Amino acid sequence: MTRRTGTGTWLRHYTIVYLVFIYLPVVLLPVFSFNDAIYVAFPMKGFTLRWWEEMVQQTGMLHALGNSFTVAVPVCLVSTTLGMCAAKALTSYKLMGARVLTGLFALPLVIPFIILGIALLIAFNSYGLELSLWTVGIGHVLICVPFSLFVLMSRLEGFDRSLEEASLDLGETPWMTFWRVTFPVALPGVVASLLLTFTISFDEFLLAFFLTGNESTLPLYIWSQLRFPAKLPAVLALGSAILVVTFVLVTLAERLRRQGEFRSDTAAGGS
Amino acid sequence: MKDRAFISIKGISKHFGKVRAVDDVDLEIEKGEFFALLGPSGCGKTTLLRMLAGFEVPTAGEIYIDREPTAAVPHFLRPVNMVFQNYAIFPHLNVFQNIAFGLRKDRLPRPVLEERVNDALALIKLDGYGARRADELSGGQRQRVALARALIKKPKVLLLDEPLGALDKKLREQMQLELRDLQRNVGITFVFVTHDQEEALTMSDRIAVMSSGKTIEHGPPSQLYDRPRTRFVADFLGTMNFFEGRVAGSDGDGLAIETDRLGMVRAQGPADFAVGDRLTVALRPENIRISPHTPNDDVDTIGGTVSNTAYLGDRTHLYVTLEGSDQPVLVARQNMDGSGSDGPAGHAAVSLWWRRSSVLLLKSG
Repeated sequence: MTRRTGTGTWLRHYTIVYLVFIYLPVVLLPVFSFNDAIYVAFPMKGFTLRWWEEMVQQTGMLHALGNSFTVAVPVCLVSTTLGMCAAKALTSYKLMGARVLTGLFALPLVIPFIILGIALLIAFNSYGLELSLWTVGIGHVLICVPFSLFVLMSRLEGFDRSLEEASLDLGETPWMTFWRVTFPVALPGVVASLLLTFTISFDEFLLAFFLTGNESTLPLYIWSQLRFPAKLPAVLALGSAILVVTFVLVTLAERLRRQGEFRSDTAAGGS
Repeated sequence: MKDRAFISIKGISKHFGKVRAVDDVDLEIEKGEFFALLGPSGCGKTTLLRMLAGFEVPTAGEIYIDREPTAAVPHFLRPVNMVFQNYAIFPHLNVFQNIAFGLRKDRLPRPVLEERVNDALALIKLDGYGARRADELSGGQRQRVALARALIKKPKVLLLDEPLGALDKKLREQMQLELRDLQRNVGITFVFVTHDQEEALTMSDRIAVMSSGKTIEHGPPSQLYDRPRTRFVADFLGTMNFFEGRVAGSDGDGLAIETDRLGMVRAQGPADFAVGDRLTVALRPENIRISPHTPNDDVDTIGGTVSNTAYLGDRTHLYVTLEGSDQPVLVARQNMDGSGSDGPAGHAAVSLWWRRSSVLLLKSG
């Protein structure tokens, strides 16, 4: 009995240490963004909003942020669309070699991004494609589709085929059936896929580093700014802002997903 | 064309690879009939239903609905609607939207649409449930919504795949009667698939019994139960005692059959057996009575010993061993007015009798 309690307390301590280890650096980000000092170090000085003002005024950083959005928004839309098509095909039909196909789709995930980056760089050069945000976007779609595919496949695998048959039976065409039944039922998965692929593209560094031209995305810009200590606090402020936005978005998405899951669970309960 | 039935299934086959799910089936279903496809699982009844709906393309044969061939008609244009086994209620829509789903193309003005849906809700006794979410419905309510969603399309034929399979016993019995009432009210031809013989007997006007992709027999429930022509149907519907025999003689009244365990049995059976033919004699447990005195000369009797009894509440099953045989005969005894404990117990010697008219003669095999 005492022994079990002992293990219990040990595990509890371990859990606390683990969580602190993971989240403390993240929490430090917003804390230091309000610290009235250039150097990120204890002891902290007074409270200031200087860095946040500076962040808003740094046009270079805001431009890079804009670039990241310009890439990430189309990338998440395109890769989720492609992921949806592939997931639908792989879950709805008994395709020949479906397992091999799924493996091939997943391959970009296991190829180190640095290799992928070099390979794409060579490919773009040999096709005479000029490096730009477009090439970054293409690279990002390549790595985002597998994520989208797996998120949507897990959503569609539990999908009750008879829902689509019911729609066809009630006089809808296959195309309208997709929009009236399949898509709304899979919507939580679609939202999850959009968020995930957006995030991946938004903070991806390696491929962007290899494939961008004169424009830089936010991660590239931040990296370039790390050389100048005076710029760092503004980066912290931006990081904190992104953190908050991400947190809110992911929480929303998760709630949406759970709602959807709850509904489809009870729907399946009848069978 | 005129003499063709409302639904005519001509030589329909469906092969999945080497498996013949449906094997050369011919069936005719009349307008307004409540028709059951009954059989054990894997007999091809669901595949046949899905071919009627248009979800499976027949390998061979043709299906005519309202005298029109259907081969070229895609499922979303067929005058046929289906109630799915798990009801397939759209989880993202409420009850109203579920029922109105199939009316989108009709582009009805809102008041007309609401009236149609409310009428459908009234038909299934779910008035006021329009705003309910799909996950707030019970199994029985889901079933009704699925019915309303299909019926609002005013199909020529309603197909139902194991319509009551997902419900518990009490609700199932209630829904059997409701479904039959509903079918009579709307006057639409219902074709349903079931593996539950009681459900088929209760609800349908006619039943087709299927096995291994073929229809074995079809006809009204009482005909299939009382006068089955095949051993499969005799065995599948209810319970049956079988005896092997050979025709020993025939006269104007019927046949005399030498059986393996019942001795000489007389039957009024069909005359398509000749002296010397081998055949199977079948007797329902409820048609065998236990009594020391027999009513008149139109019966046969045999003596035996009760080897086992099973009390089932409304009736008691007695297993009676006959002389010179180990395999007991099953006798069902109706328990009325608390008579369940009065009957003969184990090892009692009893005399069995049955009317000649209840003896069934089936081809051996």
